[in-house]
Amino acid sequence: MRLSVQSDPFDLGRESTAFAARVQGAGAIVTFTGLVRDNGGSLSGMEIEHYPGMTETAIQSMMDQAAQRWSLTDALVIHRYGRLIPGEAIMMVATAAPHRAAAFAAAEFLMDYLKSRAPFWKKEISGSGADWVTATEDDEQALQRW
Amino acid sequence: MIDLLYFAWVRERIGSPRERLDTAAPTVRALIAELIQRDDNYARAFADLTSLRVALDQQLSNFDAPLAGVREVAFFPPMTGG
Repeated sequence: MRLSVQSDPFDLGRESTAFAARVQGAGAIVTFTGLVRDNGGSLSGMEIEHYPGMTETAIQSMMDQAAQRWSLTDALVIHRYGRLIPGEAIMMVATAAPHRAAAFAAAEFLMDYLKSRAPFWKKEISGSGADWVTATEDDEQALQRW
Repeated sequence: MIDLLYFAWVRERIGSPRERLDTAAPTVRALIAELIQRDDNYARAFADLTSLRVALDQQLSNFDAPLAGVREVAFFPPMTGG
């Protein structure tokens, strides 16, 4: 399993290919990539803050849970922090499992937990100012199904 | 001594990302009451606890948790990762 919390951009193609090349015993790989939305052109950027130390511990624990619950053969999480512009990739998740149902479920589990339990905070920057993104009730509800 | 860390708008309202504090507060809630006494910035940051989260030594916790043995307390809004 690989986890990277980084400010630098990542190459989605290269990461996916490298992940596929190193997984063993898998019949399915699911990848998810989150991008910075431009909110209809009004957004000029996004600033992502995180809690170094806790971020890695929290994500590693989610990955361990997912690996055990869905018998993953491998998993990858890359999450960026710092200043990003619309269209840039914020993060990616990849899961590998013997069958696709487990790979899809584990990726969704990781996404739901990353959203509400990994210590990141997003600030949207537009021409009229900057606003912290607020967590929604839906984000919290999404955890209930697991 | 305890390390206090603030993130996102909590950090902005308090005006600092971290500080060290000598405190005898037995719980997180008591610590917050102590901080609020300091000035309006703290009072603003801790005005609504329902919009705040706390981590003790980098583990999510709650406001009634004891502080005995804790080295690092972090306050922040609900997380918005992913």
